[in-house]
This record gives sequence, C-alpha cells and structure tokens, in this order.
Amino acid sequence: MLTLRNIKKSYREPDGTPLPILDIPQFTVADGEQVVLVGRSGCGKTTLLQTIAGITRADSGEIVIDGIDIATKTEGYVDRVRAAKIGYVFQTFNLLPGFSAFENVMLGMTFARGRKDHGRAIQLLDRVGLSHRLTHRPAALSVGEQQRVAVARALANKPSLLLADEPTANIDPRNQQKIVDLIRETCREEKVSLVMVTHSTEVSGQFDRVDRLEEINQVKFNDTTAGAAA
Amino acid sequence: MSLFRIALRSITQRPVASLLTMISMGLGVMLVVAVLSIHGVVEQSFANNASLGYNVAIGAKGGKEQLVLNTVYYLSQPVENIWYSYYCEFLPQAERDRLLKESFAYRSHEAAWQTAELAALAGDQGLAGAALSQSLAAVGLPLAPDARRQATDGPAVELGRHGKYGQLTEMAIPLCLGDYFGRFRVVGTTPKLFDDLVYDIENNRKFEFAQGRNFVHHSPEHGYFEAVVGAKVARELDVKLGDEISPRHGAPEGHTHERKFTVVGILKTSGTPNDRAVFVNMEGFYLMEDHAKPLDQQRPGDQPEEAAPQSDEEARKDLEARRKKELELLRAADPEPLPVEQREVTAILVNADPMIAPGLENAINEGRDAQLVLPIKVIYELFEFIVKPVQWTLLALTAMICVVSGISILVSIYNSMSERRHEIAVMRALGADRYTVGWIILLESTLLALGGGMLGWLAGHTLCLAASPIIEDQTGVTIGFWNWEPAISLGTLLGTSSGRLATLSLPLELLLVPALLVLAIVVGFWPAVSAYRTDVAKSLGK
Ligand SMILES: Nc1ncnc2c1ncn2[C@@H]1O[C@H](COP(=O)(O)OP(=O)(O)O)[C@@H](O)[C@H]1O
Ligand SMILES: [Mg+2]
Repeated sequence: MLTLRNIKKSYREPDGTPLPILDIPQFTVADGEQVVLVGRSGCGKTTLLQTIAGITRADSGEIVIDGIDIATKTEGYVDRVRAAKIGYVFQTFNLLPGFSAFENVMLGMTFARGRKDHGRAIQLLDRVGLSHRLTHRPAALSVGEQQRVAVARALANKPSLLLADEPTANIDPRNQQKIVDLIRETCREEKVSLVMVTHSTEVSGQFDRVDRLEEINQVKFNDTTAGAAA
Repeated sequence: MSLFRIALRSITQRPVASLLTMISMGLGVMLVVAVLSIHGVVEQSFANNASLGYNVAIGAKGGKEQLVLNTVYYLSQPVENIWYSYYCEFLPQAERDRLLKESFAYRSHEAAWQTAELAALAGDQGLAGAALSQSLAAVGLPLAPDARRQATDGPAVELGRHGKYGQLTEMAIPLCLGDYFGRFRVVGTTPKLFDDLVYDIENNRKFEFAQGRNFVHHSPEHGYFEAVVGAKVARELDVKLGDEISPRHGAPEGHTHERKFTVVGILKTSGTPNDRAVFVNMEGFYLMEDHAKPLDQQRPGDQPEEAAPQSDEEARKDLEARRKKELELLRAADPEPLPVEQREVTAILVNADPMIAPGLENAINEGRDAQLVLPIKVIYELFEFIVKPVQWTLLALTAMICVVSGISILVSIYNSMSERRHEIAVMRALGADRYTVGWIILLESTLLALGGGMLGWLAGHTLCLAASPIIEDQTGVTIGFWNWEPAISLGTLLGTSSGRLATLSLPLELLLVPALLVLAIVVGFWPAVSAYRTDVAKSLGK
C-alpha cells in the first residue's frame, strides 16, 4: 500500500550548505502491515513520516500510496490524499485546546470530503475507552487520555495508513503499553497499515518487523520476509 | 465540524480579546446607525413639512431661514414683525374693510362724522365745517391720514378697496409669535389655521381636534380669549379642556401675562410642529399687556389741543397714567379689540398660484416693508446645503471609526496568529489545505465584524429608542426601535431604473452588511494569507 523509491531529502544549514537527511532506495509497507521504525535521535524519522504524509515534500523519488505517486501531485492533491488516507499520531498529541474530545475527533474527518460521521466519532472514542469524556477539553484530560483521543482522531477518516511518531514518548510508563496496544489493535481492526516510530526497545520488541533508519540514511531491512511486499 | 464552527470556536476560545474587538466594532456601527437614524429623522421631518398647506410666507425683512424656522417649525430666535395692514393687503375688500374698521383712523373718522352731525344739528357752523371737511376729505380713501399719522408711523388705513395682493392669493393666515407657554411657542392666529388650512394636501387633511373645538373670533363665554393646544403640549404639560393658561412674554423665562386664555381644543397628533405649539386667538393675543405696539405720539382725541410743552415730571406722570388706563382696559373682562395701528404680525401664510409667486416675490421683496419666502424652497436649501453636508461628514467620520475598528480586528487576529500557527499546522496535518485554513481566518474576521456590527446595530437602535422622546420633542418626528429611514432604492443600488426590483427600496442601514463584509475580508486578508503560508512541518513541532 505504501512504497517509497529513491527518496532523497536534505535540509539546508544556516550557512547554505545542504544537509542530507534521507536517502532511501526502497521502503515498502504492505496492506495492514505494522512496521516499527527505530533509529537514533535526529536521524530523520520524523522527516520520513512527514514526507510520507506529504507534509514535507521530498527532493526526489516516488511516494506511492494506494497506487498514487503523491510526489508528482500538486500540494492540494496531496492535502486531499492526506485527508482521506492518512492518520497521524504525534509525540505531543497536538489536540486543539479549544475543542472537546469529541470535536477533536470530528476534526479528523472535517477536511476529508463527505465524511462527517458523528456516530463514528463516538464509536471511536468508545473504542479508546473515553465515551465518558466526550465533552472534555484536552486540558481536562490526562496525557494518556489525550493520546487516546489523538489515536481516535487519527483513525476518524478511516485511513489506510496510520503514522505514529513516538506516540508513547510523552506518556507515563504505566500507560505506554496501553497506548501501543490500542494503536496496534485498532489498526488491526480497521485494517490500517501502521508505521510507528519509537525509541523504546520494549515497544519495538513487540513488532514482527523492525526497520532501523541508520545514520547513513539507508533503510535496512532487518526482516527480510517483508521485502516481498510491493 | 464545519469551518464556521471552527472559526467560531477560535473566537470563543479567546473571549476577552474577541469581545473587546467586537465592542470596538460595535461602537463604530452604533455611531453609523445613530447618524443614519438622525439622517432619517431629519429627512423625515423635512418631508413631513414638505406639504405645509401654504406655499408662501411673508414676514419682516431679514434672514429667510430664520423666518422659515419661526413660521414653519416654531424654532429659532423670534423675528421682527410687520404691520398688520400688510396682512390686510392679502385680504379681499369685504374682509379687509371689516378688519380695518378697528382702527384709530376709522374710529376718529366716525367720531368726527358724529361730531359734525351733532354740530350740524346744533347749528354750530364753524365746528361742523371743520369736522365735516376733515371727514369728507376722508370719505372712502384715504381715511383720515392726519389722525393716522398722529397715531403711528405705519401705513395709511384705507378702506373701500381690495388688498393689494388679495386677489392674487388665497387664504392669508397671520401668525403672531413671541410668547411661550412652558417651553412651547405661543402662536397668535385666526381660526382659519384650523378651519381652512389643508396641511396634508395629498390626503386632503386639515388639523384635527382630539378634544374640543377650534377657537372662535369672539365667543360669548371667553370673549377673545380662547386657546387650542398641540397634542404634545397637552401631554407634557397636562393641559385639559377648560384650563386657563397664561403665556409668558418673549421667552420661556419671561414674565407671565396676566391675561388667561381658556383651552377649548386639543389637537390630534399630526407629526408636524403644530404638535408642540399653543394657538391663541390673535385678537386676545393683541390684548395682552406689552403686545400693543406703543404709540409714538399721543392718541388723537385724548388731549387734542393740549400739545403745550410739559415738564419731564409731567410727561412721566402722564405716561404712567396712560399706562395704568391701558392696563385697566386690558384687564376688562371683554375689552375692545386693539386698534389696527397698534397691531403687528410676525408672518402671513398664503397660498399663491405658483405661476405668479415669483412676480409676487419680486414685488414684495423690492419693497421696504417685508420679505416673501417660499418655505419649501428655503427648507430644501437648508437641507441640501447645510444639513446634508453635515450628515455626510458625520457619516464619513463614523465610517472611519468602523475602519479603525476593522483594524482592531486585524490586530486581534494577527496577534493570535503566532499561537494559532501551531493549530493551523495541526489542521493542515489532518488534511486541511492552504485555502481552508485561510478561509477559517477570513470567516473569523467576518464573524467578529458582523458580530460586532450586530451588537452595534442593537446598541444604535436602542440608543435611538432611548432618544426618541427627545427627538420627538425637538422635531415632531416619532421614531421607534425599527426606524428604517432613510431608505435607498434598489434601482439606485443596482444602477437600473427598469424592472420590478428597481421600485423596491431598502433601508440604507442594510448597506452595513456588505460594507462590514468587505471590511472583514480586507482586514482578515493579511492574517488569512499568513495562515495560508504557514509552514506545516516547522509549525507542527514534534
Ligand atoms: N526544517 C528543518 N531545517 C533544517 N534542519 C532540520 C529541519 N527539520 C529537521 N531538521 C534536522 O533534520 C534532522 C532530522 O530531524 P528529525 O526528522 O526530526 O529527526 P528524528 O525525528 O529522527 O529525531 C535533525 O538533525 C534536525 O535537526
Ligand atoms: Mg522525531
């Protein structure tokens, strides 16, 4: 469902010299597959997720999502693809403080065309165990609850790919496992492919496929069996 | 979640800042509404009086605006008066002769005539001859010019002819101004003002009475002393039928006349300045102390031959005695009418054929004694050259206040942009495109502008409602909360004169809506562009 080919991305340093971050010959995630990305801090994991989501444009290469190469599309098109097909869970949750839990979930489908399903928002919040917190603002929720709302929001538009960027890094240890389980289970239920970034070996150890984004910006396939997926 | 809800939420998320912004916008709009309402009130009060029931007013030479303000609106400082005989020039012969007989000239002529007759009977040729020759010389016209000259320096009292302008004009109604009842003007006039004057020509309406009747020239019960009060006066000063009222001389704080008028009628509200005036019989008006024009010289017949030099002391005593006598006469229950020579009028309201009005205007204005004004024209000029520019200036100023308020919206939104950038980036990450987040900002500034506008509109109309008693007092125009004046024709707006739409008219206030929208878009544009340009990756943080 997701294939990256020859993705190159570099930032410019303040003095103007290019700073290469990503150089990925091939990276593939199959339908419903769950992949964990590990790598040392600053190696470009966030940049990679944002490039996949179309939030950041790659300098070159292909990003094929469900058969569409978004790298060749206009920004507006990429925005629509993101609205329709991608869910994103942030390390810092990024809930909008002025909106209730329910409204934050609704926002997850606001920008996609023709999908404003109140029932689904309530169902998702119920699924993440927050049916009693619908009208609470994020400030009135614990961090664990906030991240659960964020997970519900990321799934609201029925995406085919969920990108989770260190979703447990800001969560107290007792709740980390709950969040990971929640993300993995709901993705499985909704048949959503998952790419999760984590620093926690405890977390990465639970995944069948662990990819290491090396400092040399080459994705190494630890799990060779996954190479078959296109 | 609609974009509208999102924009609304970001407003309510910062309640204090949003409210302050809206209040500032509201103040601007309130002022615009107030100015428009004043505009409407003024326009309406002018329109109400566009049909006065007369097209010509004659009064003393001087400012024509002041004459019109006095005669049409009973406003402004009182103006000078003109001779009563000038009024008589607008009357047909029969009426004129009847009125002019109340003169020293005629009375002395009569007296002389009788003396001559008596003398003739007594056979005293000398006296008879003198008296006879005097009166014969005056048979008909002119009448006793010497007597007249002794009385005043006014024009000769001539009988037996039509008034100079009497045949060119219709319905001469005299007005005598100068006194006050409470803060309201007292108008001395003739019953014709209510019997004959059709003030609303379109609907053929005369002034109507809510209670009682018109005053009459002379009634058995009250003599010359009947009064009619306007609706507003009756309401405010609680005047009832049968009340005896005494005007104050010259100013609201002037001395109170001893003479009392009995209220015999209360007018229905007409929305004209007549609502706030008191009308008294002119005959009675003249008989109040200080209203008779003082005689320059001795009255003929009083002390005919004793013109010998008097000492100052004697002259003073003489004057005092005469004044005392006058007062006694005035205090009499039913005194004699004041002689014509001692009468003056402030204005004469006349209907003249529009074809001959300009000729009449020339004839009168070239003379020394009076001026003729066309009230509607003066009102129109006042309106066009004074009121309108002032109003447009006010409107421009208030519009500028709105623009300043608009800028405060810009500042408010722009200030929030730095904290908002993160939210905008999150929405972009959720799939919103650049235009969507730009629109949200534009919607927000629109909501602030319209919300503030709504507040201001309500405040403005509440203000109008609160001020309406004062406005009604001052102008006779009644305004409620829903004062939609002035209206603008849709045809003008669309630049067409054909079609059914063109005949519809809209309240000018409705233009506030598109104006505020434009303002909101203009001031929202900058922050919207800033939202549009938000770098998502950078603003998202981790
Ligand atoms: N907008 C940017 N401009 C320049 N350098 C950037 C920018 N964003 C990230 N970087 C740099 O790119 C590298 C990768 O960042 P990131 O993808 O956030 O790493 P990770 O998520 O793996 O910690 C870091 O060295 C970071 O400093
Ligand atoms: Mg990162």
